Amino acid sequence: MSDSELKVEKITRGIVIDHIKAGNGLKIFNKLNLGELGKAIALLINVPSSKMGKKDIIKISDVLDLDLAVLVLIDPDITLDYIDEGRVIKKIKLELPKTVKGLLKCRNARCITSAESYLESIFYLTDSSSRTYCCHYCDEFLKV
Amino acid sequence: MIKKLVNPLDLSIQEYQHLFETGKKIYESPQNFTQLANSKILATLFYEPSTRTRMSFESAMFRLGGKVLSMADTSASSVAKGESLADTIKTISNYVDIIVIRHPKDGSAEVAVKYSSVPVINAGDGAHHHPTQTLTDLFTLYMYRGKVSNNSFGFCGDLKYGRTVHSLITTLARYPEVNYYLISPEELQLPQHIKNSVLEVNPEAIFHEASQMEEVLPNLDVLYMTRIQRERFFNEDDYLRLKDTFILDKNKVNLMKKDALIMHPLPRVSEITYEVDDDPRAIYFEQAKLGMFIRMALISLMLGLNTI
Repeated sequence: MSDSELKVEKITRGIVIDHIKAGNGLKIFNKLNLGELGKAIALLINVPSSKMGKKDIIKISDVLDLDLAVLVLIDPDITLDYIDEGRVIKKIKLELPKTVKGLLKCRNARCITSAESYLESIFYLTDSSSRTYCCHYCDEFLKV
Repeated sequence: MIKKLVNPLDLSIQEYQHLFETGKKIYESPQNFTQLANSKILATLFYEPSTRTRMSFESAMFRLGGKVLSMADTSASSVAKGESLADTIKTISNYVDIIVIRHPKDGSAEVAVKYSSVPVINAGDGAHHHPTQTLTDLFTLYMYRGKVSNNSFGFCGDLKYGRTVHSLITTLARYPEVNYYLISPEELQLPQHIKNSVLEVNPEAIFHEASQMEEVLPNLDVLYMTRIQRERFFNEDDYLRLKDTFILDKNKVNLMKKDALIMHPLPRVSEITYEVDDDPRAIYFEQAKLGMFIRMALISLMLGLNTI
């Protein structure tokens, strides 16, 4: 191992969030509140990648119920590897959720959600190819 | 029983037809319906100014024998103290049997539905929907033509912010053989998402765009005029520049078919000259009257009252 390389141990059981676009790792780490879980977690940033040039990776040493909507809305190309006994037992490619509650904000200044702060935003997926959602209240479109 | 009318598409074509038939029955024999809503109370919550819509609803309820509680001026209510829409609706729905709401924000009626324990009718939520105007427009067509389908419609004026236009166009998509002629200044053209929602329902729909009224008037069965709405503009200069772009006068009306219909959701400002009012094709005041009868039918339906 050269001086410029870092080595992170493989995990025997847990989740690897892989193929995170470089720069998004910390955002995901914070959005999922991973720092408060009390688990052993590695956040790797700017890891060399043959496909992506650079990528971020998060390794979590436990199997958790992650909010997949948060992940895919931040970065649609993420993959999840579920690890048990040191081997990948399941790979998941994320898909945009049909309904997103509380995570997106309507950009329509005339939308009721801009005036009544207690309302939880609700968006419905209208076109997955263009990653377009529609506001439940005002029908405004939002590309994520 | 229908619990909400927020979007004109909340009602099926069959429900529209049922309402048209009931509305016609009430129109022809109003004396048979004067006690129908005897023990019922309707609330009108209007967070922005309205004359005809509010009075039309209130008159409709009175003519059904019901009573009305009205909040027409929010500055004199708990809203002025900062009460949320949710709390207002939760409270008011304890007092009444049905709520009619107009609010300047898009999607506000959906919020009212969420927090209300009684049926809710959207009387206009911002630039979003105005379903009872659509109901009025379609009922007017039904009364004059006996049908909605197989007509060429011209929409003129503010097609960008005009909620009556958006609601009517998307509802017409469900009827066969409807042609759309869109007449508006470039800045106020129909949004693409409205066209898309029509095309989703009817992929063969064709939109003919025009920048001059004269180009399309001879083709129309129905001309739907709208006002350029001052309250939808953030910039007063833009409003002043666009407000008199399209004016329907006697000369233009003469280009129209002899049996064409000229409709308008009202209020009119300057887009139709007063000389046009006497033309038999100008039916906008009768349209406003029919709006009251169809609202009587709607209130009856949503209160579960027997109109047979």
